[in-house]
Amino acid sequence: MQRAYIPQIIARQPWRVILPLLALVVFGSLVLYSAAGGNIRPWAGMHVARFFVFLVMAAAIARVPQDWFKRAALPIYLVLCVLLVLVELIGGIGGGSQRWLNLGFMTLQPSELMKPGIVLVLAWFYSVLPVGEVGGWRAIAPAVLLLGFPAGLVMLQPDLGTGLAISFGAVVMMFLAGLPLRLFIGGALAGAIVAPVAFFTLLHDYQRKRVLVFLDPESDPLGSGYHITQSKIAIGSGGLFGKGFGHGSQSHLDYLPEAHTDFVFATMSEEWGMAGGLFVLAVFFLVFRWGLKVATNAPDRFSRLLAAGMTTTIFFYMCINLMMVMGLAPVVGIPLPFMSHGGSSMMTNMICIGTIMAVDRWSRRTGTGLL
Amino acid sequence: MKQKLPMTSAILTNKFERRTFVLGTAQAAVGVLLATRLGYLAVAENAKYRAASESNRVNLTLIPPRRGWVIDRRGAALAANRADFRVDLIPDRVVDPDATLATLGPLLGLSADKVSDIKTRLDKARGFQPVEVASNLDWDKFAAVSVRLPELPGVIPQRGYSRFYPTGPSVGHLVGYVGPASAEDYERERNPLLITPGFKIGKDGLEKHFEERLRGVPGARRVEATASGRVVRDLGTREDVPGKPIQLTIRAGLQDYAARRIGLESGSVVVMDCATGDVLAMVSMPSFDPNSFSDGIGRIEWKMLSEDDHVPLRNKVLRGLYPPGSTVKPMVALSFLEAGLDPHASVGCAGGLRVGNRVFHCWNHRGHGAVDMAKGIYQSCDVYFYHFAQQIGMDTIAKMARRLGLGQEFEMPYPGQSYGTVPDPAWKLRKYKKEWAIYDTVNATIGQGYMLVNPLQQAVMASRLASGLELKPRLLLDRHAPAPASMGFRQEHLDLIHSAMNEVVNGRGTAGHARLPLPDVQMAGKTGTAQVVGLNIGNGKGGQWKHRDHGHFICFAPFDRPRFACAVVIEHGGGSPSAYPIARDVMTYLFNPAKAMEALEEYEKQWGGDVRTRMRAKYDAYAARFGATAPAAPDEDQAAQEVAAENKPAPEPTAAQTDAANPAPEPEPAPIVLPSPSPAPAPVPSPAPSPTPGT
Repeated sequence: MQRAYIPQIIARQPWRVILPLLALVVFGSLVLYSAAGGNIRPWAGMHVARFFVFLVMAAAIARVPQDWFKRAALPIYLVLCVLLVLVELIGGIGGGSQRWLNLGFMTLQPSELMKPGIVLVLAWFYSVLPVGEVGGWRAIAPAVLLLGFPAGLVMLQPDLGTGLAISFGAVVMMFLAGLPLRLFIGGALAGAIVAPVAFFTLLHDYQRKRVLVFLDPESDPLGSGYHITQSKIAIGSGGLFGKGFGHGSQSHLDYLPEAHTDFVFATMSEEWGMAGGLFVLAVFFLVFRWGLKVATNAPDRFSRLLAAGMTTTIFFYMCINLMMVMGLAPVVGIPLPFMSHGGSSMMTNMICIGTIMAVDRWSRRTGTGLL
Repeated sequence: MKQKLPMTSAILTNKFERRTFVLGTAQAAVGVLLATRLGYLAVAENAKYRAASESNRVNLTLIPPRRGWVIDRRGAALAANRADFRVDLIPDRVVDPDATLATLGPLLGLSADKVSDIKTRLDKARGFQPVEVASNLDWDKFAAVSVRLPELPGVIPQRGYSRFYPTGPSVGHLVGYVGPASAEDYERERNPLLITPGFKIGKDGLEKHFEERLRGVPGARRVEATASGRVVRDLGTREDVPGKPIQLTIRAGLQDYAARRIGLESGSVVVMDCATGDVLAMVSMPSFDPNSFSDGIGRIEWKMLSEDDHVPLRNKVLRGLYPPGSTVKPMVALSFLEAGLDPHASVGCAGGLRVGNRVFHCWNHRGHGAVDMAKGIYQSCDVYFYHFAQQIGMDTIAKMARRLGLGQEFEMPYPGQSYGTVPDPAWKLRKYKKEWAIYDTVNATIGQGYMLVNPLQQAVMASRLASGLELKPRLLLDRHAPAPASMGFRQEHLDLIHSAMNEVVNGRGTAGHARLPLPDVQMAGKTGTAQVVGLNIGNGKGGQWKHRDHGHFICFAPFDRPRFACAVVIEHGGGSPSAYPIARDVMTYLFNPAKAMEALEEYEKQWGGDVRTRMRAKYDAYAARFGATAPAAPDEDQAAQEVAAENKPAPEPTAAQTDAANPAPEPEPAPIVLPSPSPAPAPVPSPAPSPTPGT
């Protein structure tokens, strides 16, 4: 094999994920370049630069031993909870919905970090839970508490999208941890009953409106339905191979809102067509297949759950974002991983990637892996 | 049971692997779902979204078509277009109307009343209905607004064409005017052109009647524009197709001359061609200036027009009904001739006619002595007509009146004409359930009582008497129209009437002052004075304006080979002397325009300038006095309704008349001192508080 000619340090890197990610990021920066009217600035250059910075961070995370992960899981979770409370307090003083803390040198969005945080703490929890308790209430109640507190705080902010992302990650963790199936079926049934009630009582007016408009975007073509309608026009008008690089009228003439962040997929589809969209889906497929493979090959329960949970978190991002831009889900502010411009989502996703890479390392060290 | 088995690590790992497989499968399924959705949007629905994207990208701006011209019989413009710079507001896009107007006011030099007019219209306008701020701007003002556009959302400056009436008020009632389309217009037509800034729709007169023909096809400018409306580049322009012109039978110069010649009076002039029935002039004065109506009716203007007791908004030619007075006498005489009366049969006039125990007075209480038909006409002797009308009967007279056009409908492209009444015994029985009485005949033969006609009908009567042809008034020029049929009168009868009417002007008649100041043309005519109120209220000559007699004159020239016929009606002019000098000068214009203009300029010096100078002076006086405090003008449709109300014909008396009218005195045959123009009638004092013109 070639491996003999390549230095160990390079050959050891998990290229199976880095290459697809690089492809996504470069493609994303091309789209951002076009969206800026053919300019590296302000988005495209920054996008690539950020990726490499966070890739270094991910590589660093990958070298952290499993012990540290286990020991840090609960403290990190607690710190994030405190930060969420702080955000709530400061937001209460400042008025309106505040989701970030200004640390002076950067703004920190604790809810964003809570997505990998909840996966980490639940992986730790189920790894320390005695095997015999998995079927009982001891396996459920603490997990529900661990989830309920931060998810409740985030929804209070109010940030429905992130709240759902955290919950989704946690529920998948419970599912994979082997909790009885009837719980999930019962939960789904309960959800089907509670959701309409929550819709009319818990949601804010603007959130309710978003859902209603999602169901019928044309009912409000210039208001909140505008986003969905324009996004569908951008994707639909692209056709098979798109209008050509730099020729997307929807994004260039400002009809498409948030063309470089949440709706970057629409911007891309307009210029690259269905072909570009399928390429993005295919690359994501490679990434998730790698993530789940790492999870199934992982040496122990903690690393298995950790890898699968992190993969799910990224998947949820992608899934909700694409459904939103194609008019299958209401407008919630969730960016597309590795393509949307934005620092904190890139950081979260790279933390997830770094963690999966760490799991990958552990399995190779113990020799159970096939890689 | 399986649950009883102790849970082991191996079982959990196995469970994890199975559930991860489920999870992976679910994720793959979502991926397939997304890919399917993508294919549906991008391929199956591609055409729909491609069209939507194009309609986003390409902004189509309609260019209002140039309106077809209205031209006179020789091709001179009565209504044309001129290139101008204009500024409009789109109410929906204006963020802060007050601030916007505060900025625009000084830039465009708008007066306070104009600003409040615009505010009123902004309040009333719906959404995308453009509101005109100013038109006919010079380049500097236009540029000043254009450079400040970023801070003036909703303000649309553009260059285009606007309607222009070279002779202004002279053609107000003839041509009508244009204005921005109303919400009702838009609802009816649903045409985006109607809410295009700068587009005007015909609101009245010919402009309204021939809207379809005059409108044309709009052009379009295609631009690529951003969501916020910034134009990125031009994609091309399609030229507009101008509307088709309409050519009238009018002579523009004559129309303007007649309008100016009416001067300070309230009246109508109609001139017809005796060979074809072409209407050469159709004037109702005072009028409005259609040029200043096109941006909507301003509050000052509305106040000025609606307070004027001379009803400038009424087209008196078609909607004014008057008792025709003695102008019917040639017609009555002709009916006598047709009935076999010997024209030399005479009656002695001693200032009245006794019928039974009643005496019906002649206007000349001293009497005319022996009167035959010719003298009856040129001296306008009432007794002659009372006497023979008793013999011949009212039915014969009424039939002749209708034959000559009185009370008849003529097809003219104007809505809401009033046709008046020619009474006869059957009509009275139907209308009032009363028998015809002697005094009814007496009234009718001197054009009083129930008889009501409009000035156009009088002109038709004059032209048919003059030519013996069945002329119909025609306003649209048609050079291939069939020649009019003969009325079937005997030429000797017509000659007799013509010479008697010639005598009125050029002989021993009632209108010596009407003689044309031309050596080779003689005009024939007939005076008429119609009472407005009974002698118990006023004598008809002085006193309150509203109580003065109407003055009538019908005429044709040259008397021996008639080419032109004319009817003049002056409301409350104090009798026929107010009418025939106008007819004389209008006729003079037809044969010698220079001479006629000379006379007119002399008059206009006394009146304080021509029509437009006087209107401007009056406007300025109103503006200085009321400024922006004048109540807002009603919107177009309200205004139209008020005008319509104003245009309702005088109501017929609901109760039957019970006595003969006292004939208004015809003027004495005055010594002929022509051609020096008689002094103009004094400016009419109006009961409404209106500032004197010229101050």
